[in-house]
Amino acid sequence: MSDETIKKFLYMNRKAPYGTIYALEALEVVLIGAAFDQDVSLAFLDDGVFQLTEGQNTDGIGVKNFSPAFRALGDYDVNKLYVEKESLEARGLAESDLMELVWEDEDDDWAEKPSIKIVSRDELKAIMGDQDVIMSF
Amino acid sequence: MSILHTVNKSPFQKADLSSCLAHANAGDAVLLIEDGVYGAIAGTDAAKDIATADPSIYVLGGDLAARGIAGDKVADGITVIEYDGFVDLVTEHKAVNSWL
Repeated sequence: MSDETIKKFLYMNRKAPYGTIYALEALEVVLIGAAFDQDVSLAFLDDGVFQLTEGQNTDGIGVKNFSPAFRALGDYDVNKLYVEKESLEARGLAESDLMELVWEDEDDDWAEKPSIKIVSRDELKAIMGDQDVIMSF
Repeated sequence: MSILHTVNKSPFQKADLSSCLAHANAGDAVLLIEDGVYGAIAGTDAAKDIATADPSIYVLGGDLAARGIAGDKVADGITVIEYDGFVDLVTEHKAVNSWL
């Protein structure tokens, strides 16, 4: 695929993981879309930041814990997960409460690098303004 | 080119409009549709947020009429448009962001 046809896709995650089906469906769409070799980013803001908490255990509610699937994103070259600082803070969370997600950089001897980047609201606004396609969930 | 944001939830029930306004850039457009049109009513907290927001604000007339919200209830600074205007906004912006 030539560079000219690569578009910037942003998937916006604004919902908590188990109360509705949005979060799981968004992750499914991201994994499907990863096959198309686009420039993909994910944003987590509002209740979407709850999708990334470490230690989710759904044994007691009878639904699948899909949070481990976020660890697979790096293998699909999806390694830009922007988490809004203001949304974390408003919900009593910090970066240390989130899963550690990494990707392997083949241009840097497969060094493991973090996929999650904490950004301010202003930084996220700029990222949103830079996209060709935004899919919001 | 900028972004067209659509909001379809009532601001009296959900925080989507407030989050959208906080994240939209100057030069963007925000279009209120479906139950989002309740955010266009003058004299509310939502209208105050809209008055100080950076982007241009539009509301879909058909959705207002369906809900019995007359044009003179719409806050100053909000432009009422119909479906053809919605289409124009889509074509005038680089991408659409639906705040579901």
